Amino acid sequence: MWEQIRSNQTRTLVLVVAMGLLLLLVGYFLGEAIFGSGIGGLVVAILIWVVMNLFAYFQGDSMILAISRARKISPDDHPRLYNVVEEMKIASGLPKIPDIYIIDDPSPNAFAVGRDPSRASVAITSGLLERLNRDELQGVMAHEISHIKNRDVLLMTFCSVLLGTIVILAWFGSRMMLFGGARGGRRSSGGGGGYATLIIVAVAILLMILAPIAAQLIYYAISRKREYLADASGALYTRYPEGLASALEKIAGSTQELKTANQAFAPMYIINPFRSKGRAASDLTSTHPPISERVRILRSMAGGASLAAYEKAYQEVRGSGRGVIPPSALVGETPVAARKAEAVPAEPGKVERARETSDLLWKYSNYGLVNCECGTKLRVPPKLRGSSIRCPHCGRVNPLSSRP
Amino acid sequence: MGIGIIVLIVVLAVLFLVIGFIWMTYNGLVRLRNQVKNAWAQIDVQLKRRHDLIPNLMETVKGYMKHERETLEAVTSARNLAQKAIGTGVGAQAKAEGELSSALSRLLAVVENYPDLKANQNFMALQEELTSTENKISFSRQYYNDSVLTYNNKTQMVPSNIIAGMFGFKTGEFFEVTAAAEREAPKVSFG
Repeated sequence: MWEQIRSNQTRTLVLVVAMGLLLLLVGYFLGEAIFGSGIGGLVVAILIWVVMNLFAYFQGDSMILAISRARKISPDDHPRLYNVVEEMKIASGLPKIPDIYIIDDPSPNAFAVGRDPSRASVAITSGLLERLNRDELQGVMAHEISHIKNRDVLLMTFCSVLLGTIVILAWFGSRMMLFGGARGGRRSSGGGGGYATLIIVAVAILLMILAPIAAQLIYYAISRKREYLADASGALYTRYPEGLASALEKIAGSTQELKTANQAFAPMYIINPFRSKGRAASDLTSTHPPISERVRILRSMAGGASLAAYEKAYQEVRGSGRGVIPPSALVGETPVAARKAEAVPAEPGKVERARETSDLLWKYSNYGLVNCECGTKLRVPPKLRGSSIRCPHCGRVNPLSSRP
Repeated sequence: MGIGIIVLIVVLAVLFLVIGFIWMTYNGLVRLRNQVKNAWAQIDVQLKRRHDLIPNLMETVKGYMKHERETLEAVTSARNLAQKAIGTGVGAQAKAEGELSSALSRLLAVVENYPDLKANQNFMALQEELTSTENKISFSRQYYNDSVLTYNNKTQMVPSNIIAGMFGFKTGEFFEVTAAAEREAPKVSFG
Protein backbone atom coordinates (compact mmCIF):
# COMPACT_ATOMS: atom_id res chain seq x y z
CA MET A 1 0.00 0.00 0.00
CA TRP A 2 1.43 3.41 0.88
CA GLU A 3 4.82 2.05 1.68
CA GLN A 4 5.05 1.15 -1.98
CA ILE A 5 4.89 4.79 -2.84
CA ARG A 6 8.65 4.92 -2.61
CA SER A 7 9.28 1.96 -4.84
CA ASN A 8 7.66 1.16 -8.14
CA GLN A 9 7.78 4.67 -9.46
CA THR A 10 7.95 4.03 -13.14
CA ARG A 11 7.67 7.60 -14.32
CA THR A 12 10.24 8.91 -11.87
CA LEU A 13 12.55 6.08 -12.85
CA VAL A 14 12.19 6.91 -16.55
CA LEU A 15 13.03 10.55 -15.84
CA VAL A 16 16.09 9.65 -13.76
CA VAL A 17 17.32 7.28 -16.45
CA ALA A 18 16.81 10.02 -19.05
CA MET A 19 18.99 12.33 -16.99
CA GLY A 20 21.64 9.66 -16.63
CA LEU A 21 21.67 9.04 -20.41
CA LEU A 22 21.99 12.76 -20.97
CA LEU A 23 25.06 12.80 -18.74
CA LEU A 24 26.61 9.91 -20.68
CA LEU A 25 25.84 11.59 -24.02
CA VAL A 26 27.42 14.85 -22.92
CA GLY A 27 30.48 12.99 -21.60
CA TYR A 28 30.88 10.98 -24.77
CA PHE A 29 30.52 13.76 -27.32
CA LEU A 30 32.58 16.29 -25.39
CA GLY A 31 35.31 13.68 -24.99
CA GLU A 32 35.14 12.92 -28.72
CA ALA A 33 35.30 16.58 -29.66
CA ILE A 34 37.95 17.68 -27.15
CA PHE A 35 40.40 14.84 -26.62
CA GLY A 36 39.27 12.81 -29.56
CA SER A 37 38.18 9.94 -27.35
CA GLY A 38 34.56 9.37 -26.45
CA ILE A 39 35.42 6.70 -23.91
CA GLY A 40 37.82 9.10 -22.15
CA GLY A 41 35.02 11.65 -21.94
CA LEU A 42 32.72 9.02 -20.46
CA VAL A 43 35.29 8.12 -17.84
CA VAL A 44 35.79 11.76 -16.84
CA ALA A 45 32.02 12.32 -16.64
CA ILE A 46 31.47 9.24 -14.49
CA LEU A 47 34.41 10.10 -12.22
CA ILE A 48 33.08 13.60 -11.51
CA TRP A 49 29.64 12.14 -10.93
CA VAL A 50 30.86 9.47 -8.49
CA VAL A 51 32.95 11.90 -6.45
CA MET A 52 30.08 14.37 -6.18
CA ASN A 53 27.69 11.59 -5.23
CA LEU A 54 29.93 10.32 -2.44
CA PHE A 55 30.24 13.81 -1.06
CA ALA A 56 26.49 14.44 -1.23
CA TYR A 57 25.73 11.09 0.36
CA PHE A 58 28.02 11.45 3.34
CA GLN A 59 28.22 15.21 3.84
CA GLY A 60 25.14 16.56 2.08
CA ASP A 61 22.82 16.94 5.05
CA SER A 62 25.30 18.59 7.40
CA MET A 63 26.36 20.90 4.59
CA ILE A 64 22.82 22.04 3.86
CA LEU A 65 22.11 22.63 7.55
CA ALA A 66 25.35 24.56 7.95
CA ILE A 67 24.67 26.74 4.90
CA SER A 68 21.15 27.49 6.17
CA ARG A 69 22.61 28.41 9.58
CA ALA A 70 20.19 26.03 11.25
CA ARG A 71 20.37 25.37 14.99
CA LYS A 72 19.41 22.09 16.56
CA ILE A 73 16.80 22.36 19.27
CA SER A 74 16.22 20.12 22.28
CA PRO A 75 12.79 18.95 23.49
CA ASP A 76 12.74 21.52 26.31
CA ASP A 77 13.44 24.45 23.98
CA HIS A 78 10.15 24.19 22.17
CA PRO A 79 7.99 21.36 23.56
CA ARG A 80 5.14 21.95 21.10
CA LEU A 81 7.32 21.69 18.00
CA TYR A 82 9.07 18.65 19.39
CA ASN A 83 5.77 16.97 20.26
CA VAL A 84 4.29 17.67 16.84
CA VAL A 85 7.30 16.13 15.12
CA GLU A 86 7.10 13.10 17.42
CA GLU A 87 3.39 12.72 16.68
CA MET A 88 4.15 12.63 12.96
CA LYS A 89 7.02 10.23 13.52
CA ILE A 90 4.52 7.88 15.18
CA ALA A 91 1.88 8.34 12.49
CA SER A 92 4.33 7.64 9.68
CA GLY A 93 6.15 4.82 11.49
CA LEU A 94 9.64 6.31 11.11
CA PRO A 95 12.16 4.28 13.10
CA LYS A 96 13.54 7.32 14.92
CA ILE A 97 12.48 10.89 15.60
CA PRO A 98 14.35 13.22 13.21
CA ASP A 99 16.63 15.93 14.59
CA ILE A 100 14.82 19.27 14.67
CA TYR A 101 16.49 22.49 13.57
CA ILE A 102 15.36 26.09 13.65
CA ILE A 103 16.53 28.79 11.24
CA ASP A 104 16.47 32.40 12.35
CA ASP A 105 14.72 33.90 9.33
CA PRO A 106 11.41 35.76 9.04
CA SER A 107 10.57 34.15 5.69
CA PRO A 108 8.24 31.17 6.22
CA ASN A 109 9.71 27.88 5.03
CA ALA A 110 10.70 24.40 6.15
CA PHE A 111 12.73 21.52 4.75
CA ALA A 112 13.86 17.98 5.43
CA VAL A 113 17.27 16.41 4.84
CA GLY A 114 18.82 13.04 5.52
CA ARG A 115 19.70 10.13 3.30
CA ASP A 116 17.66 7.50 5.14
CA PRO A 117 14.74 7.45 7.61
CA SER A 118 16.90 6.68 10.62
CA ARG A 119 19.30 9.53 9.99
CA ALA A 120 17.13 12.49 9.05
CA SER A 121 16.54 16.07 10.11
CA VAL A 122 13.77 18.59 9.67
CA ALA A 123 14.29 22.34 9.78
CA ILE A 124 11.82 25.18 10.10
CA THR A 125 12.31 28.94 9.97
CA SER A 126 11.35 31.04 12.98
CA GLY A 127 9.03 32.99 10.68
CA LEU A 128 7.01 29.88 9.90
CA LEU A 129 7.09 28.55 13.45
CA GLU A 130 5.47 31.67 14.86
CA ARG A 131 2.83 31.90 12.14
CA LEU A 132 1.36 28.41 12.41
CA ASN A 133 -1.07 26.99 14.91
CA ARG A 134 -0.81 23.40 16.12
CA ASP A 135 -2.81 21.79 13.30
CA GLU A 136 -0.94 23.71 10.62
CA LEU A 137 2.42 22.89 12.16
CA GLN A 138 1.36 19.26 12.15
CA GLY A 139 0.49 19.51 8.45
CA VAL A 140 3.87 21.04 7.55
CA MET A 141 5.79 18.49 9.60
CA ALA A 142 3.75 15.66 8.06
CA HIS A 143 4.75 16.94 4.61
CA GLU A 144 8.43 17.08 5.57
CA ILE A 145 8.37 13.66 7.20
CA SER A 146 6.70 12.28 4.07
CA HIS A 147 9.71 13.51 2.11
CA ILE A 148 11.90 11.48 4.46
CA LYS A 149 9.61 8.45 4.46
CA ASN A 150 9.21 8.45 0.66
CA ARG A 151 13.00 8.76 0.30
CA ASP A 152 12.61 11.96 -1.68
CA VAL A 153 15.65 13.49 -0.07
CA LEU A 154 17.86 10.71 -1.38
CA LEU A 155 16.22 10.82 -4.82
CA MET A 156 16.46 14.59 -5.15
CA THR A 157 20.08 14.61 -3.98
CA PHE A 158 20.87 11.97 -6.56
CA CYS A 159 19.14 14.01 -9.26
CA SER A 160 20.75 17.28 -8.29
CA VAL A 161 24.16 15.63 -8.45
CA LEU A 162 23.34 14.38 -11.95
CA LEU A 163 22.22 17.85 -12.93
CA GLY A 164 25.29 19.43 -11.32
CA THR A 165 27.64 17.10 -13.18
CA ILE A 166 26.00 17.88 -16.51
CA VAL A 167 26.25 21.61 -15.85
CA ILE A 168 29.92 21.35 -14.83
CA LEU A 169 30.81 19.25 -17.88
CA ALA A 170 29.06 21.62 -20.24
CA TRP A 171 30.78 24.60 -18.65
CA PHE A 172 34.25 23.07 -18.85
CA GLY A 173 33.57 21.79 -22.32
CA SER A 174 32.60 25.19 -23.62
CA ARG A 175 35.66 26.83 -22.04
CA MET A 176 38.02 24.23 -23.46
CA MET A 177 36.56 24.44 -26.93
CA LEU A 178 36.66 28.22 -26.96
CA PHE A 179 40.12 28.75 -25.52
CA GLY A 180 41.92 25.48 -26.05
CA GLY A 181 40.51 25.00 -29.52
CA ALA A 182 38.72 21.87 -30.61
CA ARG A 183 41.37 19.45 -31.67
CA GLY A 184 39.03 16.88 -33.09
CA GLY A 185 40.59 17.35 -36.54
CA ARG A 186 43.67 15.50 -35.35
CA ARG A 187 41.89 12.21 -35.69
CA SER A 188 40.86 12.67 -39.30
CA SER A 189 43.67 10.61 -40.78
CA GLY A 190 41.27 8.08 -42.27
CA GLY A 191 39.38 8.98 -45.43
CA GLY A 192 36.20 10.98 -44.91
CA GLY A 193 37.08 11.52 -41.23
CA GLY A 194 36.83 15.29 -41.54
CA TYR A 195 33.16 15.16 -42.21
CA ALA A 196 32.51 12.86 -39.22
CA THR A 197 34.54 15.13 -36.96
CA LEU A 198 32.50 18.11 -38.02
CA ILE A 199 29.32 16.29 -37.07
CA ILE A 200 30.77 15.27 -33.71
CA VAL A 201 31.81 18.82 -32.90
CA ALA A 202 28.41 20.11 -33.93
CA VAL A 203 26.64 17.54 -31.76
CA ALA A 204 28.96 18.37 -28.85
CA ILE A 205 28.20 22.10 -29.14
CA LEU A 206 24.50 21.42 -29.38
CA LEU A 207 24.61 19.15 -26.33
CA MET A 208 26.61 21.70 -24.39
CA ILE A 209 23.88 24.23 -24.88
CA LEU A 210 20.83 22.02 -24.61
CA ALA A 211 21.79 19.35 -22.06
CA PRO A 212 21.90 21.60 -18.98
CA ILE A 213 18.52 23.05 -19.91
CA ALA A 214 16.96 19.66 -20.56
CA ALA A 215 18.42 18.23 -17.35
CA GLN A 216 17.06 21.18 -15.41
CA LEU A 217 13.57 20.66 -16.85
CA ILE A 218 13.64 16.94 -16.02
CA TYR A 219 14.83 17.77 -12.53
CA TYR A 220 11.96 20.20 -12.01
CA ALA A 221 9.45 17.63 -13.26
CA ILE A 222 10.67 15.04 -10.75
CA SER A 223 10.64 17.58 -7.94
CA ARG A 224 7.07 18.74 -8.64
CA LYS A 225 5.78 15.19 -8.66
CA ARG A 226 7.40 14.44 -5.32
CA GLU A 227 5.78 17.55 -3.81
CA TYR A 228 2.30 16.28 -4.73
CA LEU A 229 3.16 12.89 -3.26
CA ALA A 230 4.40 14.43 -0.02
CA ASP A 231 1.19 16.46 0.23
CA ALA A 232 -0.85 13.28 -0.26
CA SER A 233 1.07 11.31 2.38
CA GLY A 234 0.99 14.30 4.70
CA ALA A 235 -2.80 14.40 4.51
CA LEU A 236 -2.90 10.67 5.15
CA TYR A 237 -0.66 10.84 8.23
CA THR A 238 -2.51 13.71 9.88
CA ARG A 239 -5.95 12.60 8.63
CA TYR A 240 -6.48 16.33 8.32
CA PRO A 241 -5.78 17.85 4.87
CA GLU A 242 -7.09 21.22 6.00
CA GLY A 243 -4.11 21.69 8.35
CA LEU A 244 -1.58 21.58 5.52
CA ALA A 245 -3.86 23.54 3.20
CA SER A 246 -4.21 26.42 5.61
CA ALA A 247 -0.48 26.35 6.42
CA LEU A 248 0.31 26.59 2.70
CA GLU A 249 -2.07 29.49 2.41
CA LYS A 250 -0.33 31.33 5.23
CA ILE A 251 3.03 30.66 3.60
CA ALA A 252 1.75 31.88 0.24
CA GLY A 253 0.71 35.16 1.83
CA SER A 254 4.33 36.05 2.43
CA THR A 255 6.67 37.37 -0.24
CA GLN A 256 9.85 37.40 1.78
CA GLU A 257 12.73 35.45 0.35
CA LEU A 258 14.77 33.11 2.43
CA LYS A 259 18.21 34.63 2.97
CA THR A 260 20.16 31.42 3.24
CA ALA A 261 18.47 29.33 0.57
CA ASN A 262 20.52 27.69 -2.14
CA GLN A 263 19.30 26.94 -5.64
CA ALA A 264 20.53 23.36 -5.49
CA PHE A 265 18.45 22.43 -2.46
CA ALA A 266 15.26 24.19 -3.51
CA PRO A 267 13.25 20.94 -3.90
CA MET A 268 13.80 20.09 -0.24
CA TYR A 269 11.80 23.08 0.96
CA ILE A 270 8.05 23.00 1.54
CA ILE A 271 7.64 25.81 -0.99
CA ASN A 272 10.11 27.09 -3.53
CA PRO A 273 12.33 29.57 -1.67
CA PHE A 274 12.99 31.46 -4.92
CA ARG A 275 9.48 31.95 -6.13
CA SER A 276 8.95 35.42 -7.47
CA LYS A 277 5.68 37.22 -7.58
CA GLY A 278 3.51 36.90 -10.64
CA ARG A 279 5.16 33.84 -12.07
CA ALA A 280 3.07 31.81 -14.47
CA ALA A 281 1.02 29.25 -12.60
CA SER A 282 2.05 25.91 -14.02
CA ASP A 283 5.55 26.93 -14.90
CA LEU A 284 7.85 24.26 -16.29
CA THR A 285 10.80 25.86 -14.59
CA SER A 286 9.65 25.61 -11.00
CA THR A 287 10.67 23.06 -8.41
CA HIS A 288 7.24 23.25 -6.78
CA PRO A 289 3.68 23.15 -8.09
CA PRO A 290 1.82 26.43 -7.61
CA ILE A 291 0.65 26.76 -4.01
CA SER A 292 -2.90 27.73 -4.98
CA GLU A 293 -3.24 24.44 -6.82
CA ARG A 294 -1.84 22.41 -3.95
CA VAL A 295 -4.31 24.09 -1.59
CA ARG A 296 -7.21 23.49 -3.99
CA ILE A 297 -6.37 19.79 -4.26
CA LEU A 298 -6.12 19.37 -0.48
CA ARG A 299 -9.46 21.15 -0.03
CA SER A 300 -11.21 19.04 -2.70
CA MET A 301 -10.58 15.78 -0.89
CA ALA A 302 -14.20 15.78 0.23
CA GLY A 303 -13.80 14.60 3.78
CA GLY A 304 -11.39 11.83 2.85
CA ALA A 305 -7.74 11.59 3.78
CA SER A 306 -6.62 8.55 1.79
CA LEU A 307 -4.24 8.52 -1.14
CA ALA A 308 -7.19 7.59 -3.36
CA ALA A 309 -9.08 10.68 -2.21
CA TYR A 310 -6.02 12.81 -3.05
CA GLU A 311 -5.71 11.15 -6.45
CA LYS A 312 -9.35 11.91 -7.21
CA ALA A 313 -9.03 15.52 -6.06
CA TYR A 314 -5.85 15.89 -8.10
CA GLN A 315 -7.56 14.71 -11.28
CA GLU A 316 -10.53 16.96 -10.57
CA VAL A 317 -8.48 20.09 -9.99
CA ARG A 318 -6.08 19.49 -12.87
CA GLY A 319 -8.95 18.49 -15.12
CA SER A 320 -7.06 15.54 -16.58
CA GLY A 321 -7.30 11.79 -16.27
CA ARG A 322 -3.63 11.46 -15.43
CA GLY A 323 -3.00 10.84 -11.78
CA VAL A 324 0.03 11.45 -9.64
CA ILE A 325 -0.01 8.48 -7.27
CA PRO A 326 1.40 5.20 -8.55
CA PRO A 327 -1.44 2.68 -9.00
CA SER A 328 0.44 0.09 -6.95
CA ALA A 329 0.09 2.36 -3.92
CA LEU A 330 -3.68 2.43 -4.32
CA VAL A 331 -4.26 -1.32 -4.42
CA GLY A 332 -6.31 -2.57 -1.48
CA GLU A 333 -6.71 0.85 0.00
CA THR A 334 -9.80 1.43 2.09
CA PRO A 335 -11.50 4.81 2.38
CA VAL A 336 -10.09 6.87 5.23
CA ALA A 337 -12.15 9.67 6.72
CA ALA A 338 -10.50 12.95 7.60
CA ARG A 339 -10.88 13.94 11.21
CA LYS A 340 -12.74 17.03 12.32
CA ALA A 341 -11.00 20.15 13.48
CA GLU A 342 -10.75 20.02 17.22
CA ALA A 343 -10.37 22.94 19.55
CA VAL A 344 -7.06 22.44 21.33
CA PRO A 345 -7.53 23.94 24.78
CA ALA A 346 -3.97 25.07 25.36
CA GLU A 347 -3.40 26.66 21.98
CA PRO A 348 -1.17 29.73 22.38
CA GLY A 349 -2.26 32.75 20.38
CA LYS A 350 -0.32 34.60 17.72
CA VAL A 351 1.40 36.96 20.15
CA GLU A 352 2.47 34.20 22.52
CA ARG A 353 3.83 32.18 19.60
CA ALA A 354 5.90 35.12 18.39
CA ARG A 355 7.17 35.70 21.94
CA GLU A 356 7.98 32.02 22.38
CA THR A 357 9.98 31.93 19.15
CA SER A 358 11.89 35.13 19.84
CA ASP A 359 12.71 33.92 23.37
CA LEU A 360 14.23 30.86 21.78
CA LEU A 361 16.31 32.90 19.34
CA TRP A 362 17.54 35.24 22.10
CA LYS A 363 18.54 32.22 24.11
CA TYR A 364 20.52 30.85 21.18
CA SER A 365 22.41 34.13 20.86
CA ASN A 366 23.47 33.64 24.50
CA TYR A 367 21.35 36.47 25.86
CA GLY A 368 20.45 36.18 29.53
CA LEU A 369 16.93 36.81 30.78
CA VAL A 370 16.03 38.66 33.98
CA ASN A 371 12.41 38.92 35.02
CA CYS A 372 11.98 42.18 36.92
CA GLU A 373 9.35 42.34 39.63
CA CYS A 374 7.44 44.98 37.71
CA GLY A 375 6.82 42.44 34.96
CA THR A 376 9.44 43.69 32.54
CA LYS A 377 11.64 41.12 30.83
CA LEU A 378 15.23 42.29 30.63
CA ARG A 379 17.47 40.81 27.96
CA VAL A 380 21.06 40.76 29.08
CA PRO A 381 23.64 40.83 26.29
CA PRO A 382 26.36 38.19 26.60
CA LYS A 383 29.12 40.79 26.77
CA LEU A 384 27.64 42.83 29.61
CA ARG A 385 29.98 43.10 32.59
CA GLY A 386 28.88 43.76 36.15
CA SER A 387 26.83 41.95 38.73
CA SER A 388 23.53 43.81 38.53
CA ILE A 389 21.22 45.47 36.03
CA ARG A 390 18.80 48.34 36.52
CA CYS A 391 15.29 47.98 35.18
CA PRO A 392 14.62 50.91 32.84
CA HIS A 393 10.94 50.63 33.59
CA CYS A 394 10.64 50.82 37.38
CA GLY A 395 14.18 51.57 38.52
CA ARG A 396 14.73 48.43 40.60
CA VAL A 397 18.22 47.01 40.59
CA ASN A 398 18.18 43.31 39.72
CA PRO A 399 21.16 41.08 40.51
CA LEU A 400 22.62 39.15 37.60
CA SER A 401 22.75 35.61 38.84
CA SER A 402 25.16 32.96 37.63
CA ARG A 403 25.78 33.68 33.97
CA PRO A 404 28.04 31.43 31.96
CA MET B 1 23.81 -30.64 -26.81
CA GLY B 2 20.56 -32.47 -26.73
CA ILE B 3 17.08 -31.40 -25.93
CA GLY B 4 17.69 -32.79 -22.46
CA ILE B 5 20.07 -29.99 -21.53
CA ILE B 6 17.69 -27.30 -22.76
CA VAL B 7 14.85 -28.85 -20.77
CA LEU B 8 17.10 -29.00 -17.73
CA ILE B 9 17.98 -25.31 -18.06
CA VAL B 10 14.32 -24.35 -18.41
CA VAL B 11 13.36 -26.45 -15.39
CA LEU B 12 16.16 -24.93 -13.33
CA ALA B 13 15.16 -21.42 -14.33
CA VAL B 14 11.53 -22.01 -13.39
CA LEU B 15 12.59 -23.55 -10.10
CA PHE B 16 14.83 -20.59 -9.41
CA LEU B 17 11.97 -18.15 -10.07
CA VAL B 18 9.54 -20.08 -7.85
CA ILE B 19 11.99 -20.27 -4.95
CA GLY B 20 12.84 -16.58 -5.36
CA PHE B 21 9.16 -15.67 -5.27
CA ILE B 22 8.49 -17.76 -2.14
CA TRP B 23 11.56 -16.34 -0.47
CA MET B 24 10.68 -12.71 -1.12
CA THR B 25 7.01 -13.07 -0.26
CA TYR B 26 7.81 -14.90 2.95
CA ASN B 27 10.28 -12.23 4.04
CA GLY B 28 7.80 -9.51 3.14
CA LEU B 29 5.14 -11.17 5.27
CA VAL B 30 7.48 -11.53 8.24
CA ARG B 31 8.49 -7.88 7.94
CA LEU B 32 4.87 -6.76 7.92
CA ARG B 33 3.97 -9.01 10.84
CA ASN B 34 6.82 -7.54 12.87
CA GLN B 35 5.71 -4.07 11.90
CA VAL B 36 2.26 -4.84 13.30
CA LYS B 37 3.78 -6.13 16.56
CA ASN B 38 6.00 -3.10 16.84
CA ALA B 39 3.07 -0.75 16.19
CA TRP B 40 1.15 -2.45 18.98
CA ALA B 41 4.05 -1.91 21.37
CA GLN B 42 4.03 1.78 20.43
CA ILE B 43 0.43 2.15 21.63
CA ASP B 44 1.40 0.69 25.01
CA VAL B 45 4.30 3.14 25.33
CA GLN B 46 1.98 6.09 24.81
CA LEU B 47 -0.70 4.76 27.18
CA LYS B 48 1.89 4.31 29.90
CA ARG B 49 3.09 7.85 29.31
CA ARG B 50 -0.41 9.10 29.95
CA HIS B 51 -0.67 7.13 33.18
CA ASP B 52 2.59 8.70 34.34
CA LEU B 53 1.41 12.23 33.56
CA ILE B 54 -1.75 12.06 35.65
CA PRO B 55 -0.33 12.19 39.23
CA ASN B 56 1.63 15.27 38.21
CA LEU B 57 -1.47 16.87 36.73
CA MET B 58 -3.51 16.13 39.86
CA GLU B 59 -0.82 17.71 42.05
CA THR B 60 -0.92 20.93 40.02
CA VAL B 61 -4.67 21.13 39.70
CA LYS B 62 -5.59 20.23 43.29
CA GLY B 63 -4.79 23.58 44.84
CA TYR B 64 -6.95 25.50 42.36
CA MET B 65 -9.97 23.25 42.01
CA LYS B 66 -11.35 22.86 45.51
CA HIS B 67 -14.92 22.43 44.31
CA GLU B 68 -14.32 19.76 41.71
CA ARG B 69 -13.57 16.81 43.97
CA GLU B 70 -15.76 14.47 41.96
CA THR B 71 -14.15 15.28 38.63
CA LEU B 72 -10.68 14.86 40.07
CA GLU B 73 -11.54 11.59 41.77
CA ALA B 74 -13.07 10.28 38.56
CA VAL B 75 -9.76 10.85 36.76
CA THR B 76 -7.69 9.24 39.50
CA SER B 77 -9.88 6.17 39.74
CA ALA B 78 -10.10 5.83 35.94
CA ARG B 79 -6.33 5.94 35.82
CA ASN B 80 -6.02 3.25 38.51
CA LEU B 81 -8.51 1.05 36.70
CA ALA B 82 -6.65 1.55 33.42
CA GLN B 83 -3.40 0.53 35.07
CA LYS B 84 -5.00 -2.59 36.45
CA ALA B 85 -6.38 -3.41 33.01
CA ILE B 86 -2.90 -3.74 31.51
CA GLY B 87 -2.46 -7.27 30.32
CA THR B 88 -6.12 -8.28 30.65
CA GLY B 89 -6.71 -8.37 26.92
CA VAL B 90 -7.24 -5.87 24.13
CA GLY B 91 -10.95 -5.32 24.70
CA ALA B 92 -10.80 -4.70 28.46
CA GLN B 93 -7.77 -2.47 28.14
CA ALA B 94 -9.29 -0.40 25.36
CA LYS B 95 -12.44 0.08 27.47
CA ALA B 96 -10.53 1.22 30.57
CA GLU B 97 -8.42 3.62 28.51
CA GLY B 98 -11.57 4.97 26.92
CA GLU B 99 -13.01 5.75 30.35
CA LEU B 100 -9.79 7.52 31.28
CA SER B 101 -9.92 9.62 28.09
CA SER B 102 -13.41 10.82 28.81
CA ALA B 103 -12.66 11.55 32.50
CA LEU B 104 -9.69 13.62 31.37
CA SER B 105 -11.63 15.56 28.80
CA ARG B 106 -14.28 16.36 31.43
CA LEU B 107 -11.52 17.70 33.66
CA LEU B 108 -10.01 19.82 30.88
CA ALA B 109 -13.45 21.23 30.09
CA VAL B 110 -13.92 22.29 33.74
CA VAL B 111 -10.53 24.04 33.72
CA GLU B 112 -12.14 26.75 31.59
CA ASN B 113 -13.75 28.05 34.82
CA TYR B 114 -10.41 28.64 36.54
CA PRO B 115 -8.51 31.46 34.86
CA ASP B 116 -5.77 31.40 37.53
CA LEU B 117 -5.07 27.76 36.80
CA LYS B 118 -5.11 28.38 33.06
CA ALA B 119 -2.41 31.02 33.47
CA ASN B 120 -0.21 28.75 35.59
CA GLN B 121 3.03 28.02 33.70
CA ASN B 122 3.29 24.55 35.11
CA PHE B 123 -0.25 23.72 34.11
CA MET B 124 0.22 25.10 30.60
CA ALA B 125 3.23 22.85 30.09
CA LEU B 126 1.29 19.87 31.43
CA GLN B 127 -1.65 20.62 29.20
CA GLU B 128 0.59 20.64 26.13
CA GLU B 129 2.03 17.30 27.23
CA LEU B 130 -1.44 15.89 27.77
CA THR B 131 -2.79 17.14 24.43
CA SER B 132 0.22 15.72 22.68
CA THR B 133 -0.01 12.38 24.50
CA GLU B 134 -3.66 12.07 23.47
CA ASN B 135 -2.58 12.78 19.88
CA LYS B 136 0.25 10.28 20.11
CA ILE B 137 -2.14 7.63 21.38
CA SER B 138 -4.48 8.15 18.47
CA PHE B 139 -1.64 8.36 15.95
CA SER B 140 -0.06 5.16 17.24
CA ARG B 141 -3.47 3.50 17.01
CA GLN B 142 -3.83 4.84 13.49
CA TYR B 143 -0.40 3.51 12.53
CA TYR B 144 -1.23 0.15 14.08
CA ASN B 145 -4.45 -0.08 12.04
CA ASP B 146 -2.62 1.04 8.89
CA SER B 147 -0.04 -1.68 9.48
CA VAL B 148 -2.71 -4.32 10.09
CA LEU B 149 -4.47 -3.29 6.89
CA THR B 150 -1.26 -3.63 4.86
CA TYR B 151 -0.47 -6.97 6.46
CA ASN B 152 -4.00 -8.31 6.01
CA ASN B 153 -4.05 -7.24 2.36
CA LYS B 154 -0.85 -9.12 1.80
CA THR B 155 -2.11 -12.28 3.51
CA GLN B 156 -5.39 -12.23 1.57
CA MET B 157 -4.44 -11.08 -1.91
CA VAL B 158 -3.32 -13.29 -4.77
CA PRO B 159 -0.57 -14.46 -5.07
CA SER B 160 0.93 -13.79 -1.62
CA ASN B 161 -2.06 -15.45 0.06
CA ILE B 162 -0.75 -18.84 -1.11
CA ILE B 163 2.51 -18.34 0.78
CA ALA B 164 0.64 -16.92 3.79
CA GLY B 165 -1.55 -20.04 3.85
CA MET B 166 1.43 -22.38 3.47
CA PHE B 167 3.30 -20.90 6.42
CA GLY B 168 0.29 -20.11 8.58
CA PHE B 169 0.30 -16.30 8.60
CA LYS B 170 -2.95 -15.27 10.30
CA THR B 171 -4.65 -11.97 9.66
CA GLY B 172 -4.21 -9.27 12.28
CA GLU B 173 -6.91 -7.71 14.44
CA PHE B 174 -7.81 -4.02 14.14
CA PHE B 175 -7.78 -1.83 17.22
CA GLU B 176 -11.38 -0.67 17.48
CA VAL B 177 -12.37 1.82 20.09
CA THR B 178 -14.90 -0.17 22.12
CA ALA B 179 -15.63 2.02 25.10
CA ALA B 180 -18.93 3.79 24.62
CA ALA B 181 -17.49 6.83 26.35
CA GLU B 182 -14.73 7.21 23.79
CA ARG B 183 -16.99 6.89 20.79
CA GLU B 184 -19.16 9.80 21.75
CA ALA B 185 -17.03 12.53 23.20
CA PRO B 186 -18.73 14.20 26.16
CA LYS B 187 -20.44 17.47 25.35
CA VAL B 188 -19.86 19.92 28.17
CA SER B 189 -21.43 23.30 27.78
CA PHE B 190 -21.38 26.24 30.09
CA GLY B 191 -24.32 28.56 29.78
